[in-house]
Formats: sequence, structure tokens, C-alpha cells
Amino acid sequence: MSFRKAAGGRIDRNKPISFSFDGKTYQGYAGDTLASALLANGVHLVGRSFKYHRPRGILTAGIDEPNALVGVGKDDAHYTPNLRAPVIELYDGLKAESQNRWPSLGFDIGAVNDLLLSRFIPAGFYYKTFMWPKSFWTKVYEPKIRAAAGLGRAPETPDAARYTQVYQTTDILVVGAGPAGLSAALSASRSGKRVMLVDEQAEMGGSLLHNLTEVIEGKSASEWVADALTELKANPKVTLLPRATAFGYYPHNFIGINERLTDHLANPPANLPRERQWQVRAGEVVIAIGSLERPLVFPDNDRPGVMMAEAARAYVNRWGVLPGRRAVIATAHDSAYRVALDLKAAGIQIATIADLRGDVSGELVSAAEAAGIRVQRGAVITGTRGRKRITQAHVARIQPNGTAAAPEAIACDLLLMCGGWTPSVHLFSQSRGKLTFDEALQAYVPGQSVEKERSAGACRGLFDLGAILEDGWKAGADAAAAVGGVVAPFRVIDVKGSVKESGGYLGALPHGRNVNTVKAFVDFQNDSTAKDIKLAVREGMRSIEHVKRYTTTGMATDQGKTSNMNALGIVADTLKTPVPAVGLTTFRPPYSPITFGAFAGLARGDLFDPLRKTPSHDWATRAGAAFEPVGQWMRAWYFARPGEDMHAAVNREVKAVRSSVGMFDASTLGKIEVVGPDAAAFMNLLYTNAWTKLGVGKCRYGVMLREDGFVMDDGVVGRLAEDRFHVTTTTGGAPRVLHHMEDYRQTEFPHLDVWLTSTTEQWAVVAVQGPKARDVVRKLVGDFDLSKEAFPPMSVAETAIACVPGRLFSVSFTGEIGYELNVPADYGAALWEAVFEAGREFGITPYGTETMHVARAEKGYIIVGQETDGTATPDDVGLGWAVGKTKPDFVGKRALARPAMSAPDRKQMVGLFTEDPKVVIEEGAQIVLDPNQPVPMKMVGHVTSSYWSPTVGRSIAIAMLRGGRARIGETVYIPMPEGTIAAKVVEPAFYDKEGERLNG
Amino acid sequence: MLIINCPYCGARPEVEFRHAGEAHVARPAGTESLTDEEVVDRLYFRSNPKGMTVERWRHVHGCGRFFNAVRDTVSDFFVTTYKTGEPKPDLEALKAGAAK
Ligand SMILES: [Zn+2]
Repeated sequence: MSFRKAAGGRIDRNKPISFSFDGKTYQGYAGDTLASALLANGVHLVGRSFKYHRPRGILTAGIDEPNALVGVGKDDAHYTPNLRAPVIELYDGLKAESQNRWPSLGFDIGAVNDLLLSRFIPAGFYYKTFMWPKSFWTKVYEPKIRAAAGLGRAPETPDAARYTQVYQTTDILVVGAGPAGLSAALSASRSGKRVMLVDEQAEMGGSLLHNLTEVIEGKSASEWVADALTELKANPKVTLLPRATAFGYYPHNFIGINERLTDHLANPPANLPRERQWQVRAGEVVIAIGSLERPLVFPDNDRPGVMMAEAARAYVNRWGVLPGRRAVIATAHDSAYRVALDLKAAGIQIATIADLRGDVSGELVSAAEAAGIRVQRGAVITGTRGRKRITQAHVARIQPNGTAAAPEAIACDLLLMCGGWTPSVHLFSQSRGKLTFDEALQAYVPGQSVEKERSAGACRGLFDLGAILEDGWKAGADAAAAVGGVVAPFRVIDVKGSVKESGGYLGALPHGRNVNTVKAFVDFQNDSTAKDIKLAVREGMRSIEHVKRYTTTGMATDQGKTSNMNALGIVADTLKTPVPAVGLTTFRPPYSPITFGAFAGLARGDLFDPLRKTPSHDWATRAGAAFEPVGQWMRAWYFARPGEDMHAAVNREVKAVRSSVGMFDASTLGKIEVVGPDAAAFMNLLYTNAWTKLGVGKCRYGVMLREDGFVMDDGVVGRLAEDRFHVTTTTGGAPRVLHHMEDYRQTEFPHLDVWLTSTTEQWAVVAVQGPKARDVVRKLVGDFDLSKEAFPPMSVAETAIACVPGRLFSVSFTGEIGYELNVPADYGAALWEAVFEAGREFGITPYGTETMHVARAEKGYIIVGQETDGTATPDDVGLGWAVGKTKPDFVGKRALARPAMSAPDRKQMVGLFTEDPKVVIEEGAQIVLDPNQPVPMKMVGHVTSSYWSPTVGRSIAIAMLRGGRARIGETVYIPMPEGTIAAKVVEPAFYDKEGERLNG
Repeated sequence: MLIINCPYCGARPEVEFRHAGEAHVARPAGTESLTDEEVVDRLYFRSNPKGMTVERWRHVHGCGRFFNAVRDTVSDFFVTTYKTGEPKPDLEALKAGAAK
């Protein structure tokens, strides 16, 4: 660590740490970041740039870092790409690698982009270049660009880490624990209210942690921080969250905070999640997130060794690191003089300070000159030398006409720049507060608030430490008052050693060089230059939103933290308009990149979505069933025997249902109990059918429409009593149907005395279907008379089933004699086994959803959502008979009366027989009348259901076909990639059209 | 995430609620009394204003009740909520109040 100071800084020299970067081992100390440790080892080249593969170094000391992006992780399952080296805490064994280079960081083939190809990659390149021929895009351009440009690689194995989420409320949330935030937390916490203080860094204190100059209330800055944190920690109503980024400000003071718990640990405890996402609802919010130093835009301002001035000060003071031995400082702001003084005190030679300002003076300038530092007023950097590390800075005088004179080459290994300070208005802007442009500061600052929040300190444009501390104090007290706290009295906070600082510059600098060959970077991460932005303006972009998209400036993962204001400055200068006239891009969450894991939380794998299992699930698993997901339900699909494929299993299951008996778990059917004196009247309004005359103990197939007259749901409804209906809905349809029913009950028909209860989960249902179904069920219902006279099809009774109080329905969805046995859900598994035992002597065959589908399609029974798509009337799908035309009213009745709803060319449900009986058409296939017409063909319908029918011994299909019923007997065509299929239009019922089997 | 004031339960987070379309749209019932144009208008055409809009919401993961709300489509914030059956508020008066 040849660039480590002998003493000083907040690192622990007693705890050496070993880490590796690109396979090479280095030493650092506890308290280091990856960036500070690399710099201590003299490593400046840490990455290659996005587009041009230019060598890049460490630019900043914080989350705004655009260059030093690395991948970290011991293996692929723990790998995170694109982390910012300045915010990666060092731990023993940390393994990091550089990105976007091949074969190595030092020698990178892609750098040819910079030397040879850069003139082919101008602004708007992505929009302009790839217009023709179209096919080149996917085959040539995109793969090449993807290979050449980019950030880190995404890991390919599942993330091994665990993430959690937690909800929290607080009276006052303070974001940022720099001087303003700490001061705000102190005053807020003294009010007796609950306070949360969050900060993205491991150590709270912000800029105070590298401030060795100023004295606060008689204490050094770091002592003041320590005392403040001691007081806050002692207060049980205060929550301190370090390593926590407030990444998003959502409506009504809902703040997303991402806390990192293990990324800094060599051996994280197993019980700790990697990250915890806090979703905090705050009474009042104090935003104290500081400001960001702006780069200066001069040619070759991106070489390793070019760094933000204040970042260098932080590395020296906070981490005891020398980022170089001989520095040139380029500035437009007084704060760089303080940097120069601190660096000089640490032993770094300051070659010169090149200040843009011609007439600069003041206490800090005098102090620098008194310390023997050369100060060049009205001077600008016109270029740099040194491919992998800066070796020279070219400093030129700015002439009276604004151009740069011939430069002087000054040797250096560090070039520091300070273009001034940009208040961080990200969270305020996210809260939809209105920004205003401060002319004096040449910066956007928070204006009118929308949420209950206030900004304090540097993020609202204050840069004097005393003022910042007092502003924070007042913000905390105001927030406390707003939530009814006892307000701490205002406090004058005495700060010594402060000097008033000013200055700043927006935009590109004069350099007097060939504008076509130099690159002066504005957005380091996306490699966009001043030239790109000027080109965008010349090509007609006026709004900053357009310039941003055209040049990709500010669209990298740092969202332009270091680039947005300079881009605005360049656009304003090119257009000769004031900055506010150009506009400002919108700030969106997240403030800094957040792992996907934090958003997913525990909702991964088995916990991703609730899984609903039927009562027979375990039995079916043991029986070797294949399952299919139906919504959240996992249903048995088919029960293959050894040696059977799906086709063979389904054929066998269907044959069993047709010739003997099958059993099927129908528990997923939605169920709603409709009860009350006006239950029948309510049913009359909600379903197309007439219910008044339905006798107790009888069932009816019901069709439900939306108000627009289209089929919404269907199902069998049993009348258990005059005032009680057992309604079934499609699988997964019950919540939608109940919502629809509740809507009408509450808002349109509140005069009806009726209650609705969801009972889907209360009843397990086993369907027993087939010629032998009665024989099986008879064994389970004791004395109950199952004869077809006493209990004909479409009956319902409350009776004991397998010794459990149940509801017995005689209904069929297969066309065979059928029963649906309902018992309380907890008895479902027992009922399933009882049915299987009772059916053993008849060879009862369990069947799955595929057989259910085939059997119903053979009969031409529709499935809502398969035959219907929200635009089918009852008549379209052959259910005109179910509409009670004489009823005075029902939901959808008036819409059905519109002429368009009975137009003869509507899509109507028909059957299809393929010419070749072995061909099973794909569901969803489109139908045409003339297969020889030119493309695009006129499509006249689509196939909704299509199966091999073992009963009919050929393929069958159901289709929705324009004017279909009038086309029965005609041939239609289904063009497919493999060739056109011809099919005959037939009645949509393929088996037992008269329904005689039900009477068996 | 917004906080929505259920007229029956009080202030609750947005995730408990479900939007249910524009409020105060009469149900198209009665085969003879309405023209087809009126029916189509009530079924398919909504005002979609910029600014104050009157909507139905349901506290679906709470009391389960439908209610009405005035929401500002520009800010997304709710201006007021009220029970089903209560009269539509005077939007001009609400606008004047919001402007203050
Ligand atoms: Zn409620």
C-alpha cells in the first residue's frame, strides 16, 4: 500500500484485509472501500467505458460513481455486477473483477471502438444507423453492438441470497445522515416523536467524516458526529439505519428503503438476509441528501487519474489514501481550494490550480497562494495525456474572446476537477414537488412541496456548514411540530473555520482543438460527449427529454448524477437560451440501482405465488398423475399408467367414462351461496335464466352476462331451499363473479334482501361420471333413493355422503350419468378414497382435466374463457335457449337487444371435422374461406377447442366462425406453417346429440 | 402507494382497494325506454377528464363495500370519498377548495 498515509483516516490499521481484483491479491484495511483500497495500492485503471472501451479510473468517492463499476462475488450464485467501487466495503477475501473488457483490462480489443470506429458512433447512432435493411438489425447490428458495448455480465445461476421486506411507520423520517440530517434527527428526536434516520453509507456523518477543518460547537466534525449519534442511539424512539438507501418516494409519504445487511461481511451469519426492503409510511419527511460535485467538460477528461476534487479530499482525509503524488486542480468553485490545502497538508504536490474564473479572490484563494500553491486565474484544461493513467494536463489561458490560448503541458499523476455543486433533488422531485431554478446558484432547488416533506441543507442549495446545521435543526423541529411533537427550541450552532464558498460552471469548456476529434465526456457511464449533445441540438432536438434519449446522456444506471446539469448547460448554450427554458428530465426511482432480489423479497420459488391443491392432490401424486396449473390451482392432468404416454392415458380415461365409470376432483369449481328472502329475485337479475319456478331440490345450468350482454360465467345452480341457492362458477371465476354479484347487490339492487358468501374453499367435490356412476354412488349414500325417478338428472339434495353431511348433485359434464359429491373440504381426501373403494368393483378410473376437456368437447359443452373471449353472446355459443326472454330485466338484457348482438355474421360456435381425421388442429388457429387468396388473408374465425376424440375415433374441433351456423356442410381452411388444413363445418356436438345416455 | 379513505373504515392503503369504473353512470336497463345510442353511450363511453373525476371504488380487502370517490387525474390524489347513494359532490366547489 505504497499510496497509504502513515497515519490518519477512519480506517483501522490494526485490521489488515486481503482482497483480490482481476485475480491479483492486494492488501487493505478494515474501514476501506474497494476504491480506497485500490487507490492505496496505486491502482487507478479499474474499468473500460461502455461504448469506446476507454480506460477508466475512479472518479468519485460515492454512489455517483460512473466509471469504477465492478462485479463482486465469490461465485456465480453470489455475484453482483455493476457495483460502484467507492461504495463497496472491503472485507477479507473480497473478490472483484473489472467489466466490459476482453481479453484483459490492460489490453482490450474493444478499444478499437475508440481509436477507429468512434466517428461511426455519433449521437443518435442507434436510431440512424440500423434503418436498412431491416433484417440486418437482428442478424448483424444487435449482436455486434451487444458484444462490443456493455456493462457487467449477469449471473447465470439463481441468486443464493435471501431477501426480506418489512413495513414500518414513523412520525418523522430523516433521509441522509450528513450535517443537515443529523441536526434534523437531533431536533426531531427531542420532540418525543418516533424518528427514523437512514443513510446509504456504512458510517453516518456524510461530509463531516472527511472534514478536518471546521469546528462545531467546540468539537471537531467527527467528534460532533459521534456525540450526535450517541444521543440518537440512546433514544428508544429513534431508529438508525445505516447502509440503507431511500431509493423511492411514493405517494402519501410512502418511502422505499433498501438496507444492505451482509454485503460487507466476509462470513455473514446464516440468519441474516442479504437485504431488507423497508416500506415506510412517514408522517413527515426531512430530505437531507446533500449535493453532488460536477465534473468539468474538457477534452480527455476521463483518463484514470482524473478525479472529482472533493473525492480526493475524502480519500486523503477519511481513508488515509494518496490518490496521486502530483496534482493539477481544475476548478470553477472555491471548494477546490480547500481540497488543495488538505492534499498539500497530506504531502501531495499541487502543481497548479487552474481556475476558470478570471477575477477569483477570497480567503481560500489567499490561503492557497500563501501556502505556495500556483493559482492560474482564467485558465482551462484543454487536454490530457496518458492512456492508462494521466501523465500530463494541458492548461491554457482563456482569452478575452472566450477561446483557449496555446496550452502549457504540466506533468501530473492526478487531475482534480470541480465544476461546482448540484443539489440532490432526486427524492424531492420523485415526491412530485416542483423544482425551481436558482439563478445565483445556477442549480435547481426544491420549490413547492406536494407531500408532507421538507428539504434541508445542501440538497436545497445551502453550502455553509453553520447554515446547513441550523437548517437541519429547523427542519427537524418543523417536522416534529407538524406531527404534534413538543418542539425543541431553535439553536444557533456555532461553527468555526468556515469560509464562504461560491462559484460553479455548467456546460462544455473552450479548448481550441479540433471538435471532430476530441472527446470531452459529459456522461462517463454512457460515453456521451459534448459533441454528441451539440449534434443532437443541431439535428433539431430542443427538449432535454429528446436530447437525453437521442444521446443517451443521463440514461445510464447513475441516472446522470454527474452529467445532467452539464448536459443542460451545453443545450442551453447551443440554443442560446437560459437553462430553465431547456427543461429538466424527470427523476424516477430508484435513486441508485437496487437488486431485483430486494423487490422480490420472499416471493420466490414456492413462495412466488400461492399454490392451491385439491383434496386428492396427495393421492394423485402417489398415483403418478401429471399435473397442470389452472390459475393458482394445481390440478391432476391425467393419470398415466406405467408405459402410457399422455395420449394413451387420456384415451383410456375417456373410454372408462363412456363405458364404465370415472372419478374426477372438481373441488376447484367456484361456489357462492346466495341466501335470503329475495334470493330468487336476485338470481333472476344476475343470470339470464328464469329461477322463480325452479323447484327446491332442482338444478339449472345458469348463464351470467356482463351489462354489455357478453357471456361472463356459467355454472350449475342448485336450489336448496326457497331462499337458498348453491351457485357454482368456472374454476378461478368465483372472485370475479362474487365481485360482480356484490356490485349489483350493493349498488343497483340494494332493495333486495339477499346475502352472498364465498364457499369455494368450504366444499370438496368429487365428480363420479359414467354408466356405472349410480352404482358407485349408491354405495356411499345409505338409504338415499338414487333412482332416476326419485333423483333424476339436475337434482340436488342435502344428505350424508360417506357418513359426512354433504350436498349431492346429479349433474354431468361428460354426457354420461353423473353425480357431484360435495362434502366439507376437510373430508375431501377421505371422500376421494371412499369413492375409489366403492368403485373398485366397477373398475373406477380416476381421470384428470384433459379427459374432462375431451369428454365435454365430444358433447359440445362450452368452457367460458375457451369458447368465449368476452365478445360472445349466449346465442353465439349456442346458449340462446338459456336466456329468459320474457323476464322483465336481467343484467345484459338491454345490451342483448341491440341489433349488432344478433347480426347474422357474428362468430358462431360450430364443430370442425378435419378432412384427414388424424390431424388435430392447433387451438387458436385462424380460419379462412379461400386458402389461395393473397396474404394477408381474410380471417373468418378461430379454433377454440381441438382434441383427438377416442369416442368418435377421429379428431374433433370447436370453432367460432363468422356466420358459422349457416356454413354447416361447407369446407373451410386453416393455414398453418406446415401446410393448409381443410375441415368440414359440422354441428358442435360429436357424440350422443340427443342426450339419451343421461337417462340410462 | 396512496392512502384511501374508505367511508366505512377510514384511511387504509391503496392495495386494499379495487377501482370499479366511473360513478354516477346509470345502468342501461329497460328494453323499450332507451334508444340503442343511449345504451351504447352508457355502456362504452366515459368522460375521462383531466382533473376531477368521479369514480366507484371497492374496499375489496376490507369491508368489501363499494363507495364513490372524487379523484384528481392530474395528481392522482383522492379529493374526497362518499357512500354509495349519496349525491355527487359539487366538483366546481371542490376545485375552488383545492385551488386555495
Ligand atoms: Zn372499508
